[in-house]
Amino acid sequence: MLSKKEKDLIKEIWERLTPVAAEIGADALLRMFASYPGTKTYFSHVDISPNSSHLLSHGKKIVLAIAEGAQDISQLTVTLAPLQTLHAYQLRVDPRNFKLLSHSMLVSLACYLGDEFTPVAHAAMDKYLSAFAAVLAEKYR
Amino acid sequence: MVEWSENERSIISNIFSNLDYNDIGPKALVRCLIVYPWTQRYFTSFGNLYNAEAISTNPKVAAHGIKVLHGLDRALKNMDNIKATYAELSVLHSEKLHVDPDNFKLLSDCLTIVVAGKLGSAFTPEIQATFQKFLAVVVSALGKQYH
Repeated sequence: MLSKKEKDLIKEIWERLTPVAAEIGADALLRMFASYPGTKTYFSHVDISPNSSHLLSHGKKIVLAIAEGAQDISQLTVTLAPLQTLHAYQLRVDPRNFKLLSHSMLVSLACYLGDEFTPVAHAAMDKYLSAFAAVLAEKYR
Repeated sequence: MVEWSENERSIISNIFSNLDYNDIGPKALVRCLIVYPWTQRYFTSFGNLYNAEAISTNPKVAAHGIKVLHGLDRALKNMDNIKATYAELSVLHSEKLHVDPDNFKLLSDCLTIVVAGKLGSAFTPEIQATFQKFLAVVVSALGKQYH
């Protein structure tokens, strides 16, 4: 459950990170690949080495989707509808991996924001990313 | 048995030798109690945990955070036998403290994030992976004596 204050905080943080979406997204992906090598299996057909163009563009795509969702969290199911379909029928990424990326994203935020990533901000962000992942998995079965 | 490369050993050793336990310990436990509020169930004797502000300034939480972080020292000194090293503590957490072992992972995730916040970009993906591997081994060892 997200309070109004938390929703505002989440929206504000992602608005600020939008200009560095590629950097943050790529960082989160690299962290996920390093800590959870099984996640690399979804990218066997592309170059995901540090600074590769695919890593940066993919990272950017993910962060922008998260930022867009943050604009109006109460509308997540509507905003994510196309991505729900994509993940369920085309990508078929095991939803357990969403948790791994969420954790990696939180670490990226901690590294980037330092002290600003307070326990309260962390709690709000963790809740938001969990909700995002849950909505994303809704069409799987 | 868990294998550690020379590189991994030196990464772990470096992280801990540069860690201010009195700063990081409290921060990790405070964060755990705020991000995962149900973990407060184990600390009813600590007094005021009503909100983030109270938790962040609670001296019992801070002292306990330091104690818990020092608990990792045993693993540092016995990296080749972490399982046996924590047998006693595992029994303590199971039989006496009755802590759900899932909580160990929650605290270790919070510790990772606190260290990340401290080190910034120096906490590279490789260093993070090694640190998480270390914590995962400790977490597993702490859960081993539950039955």
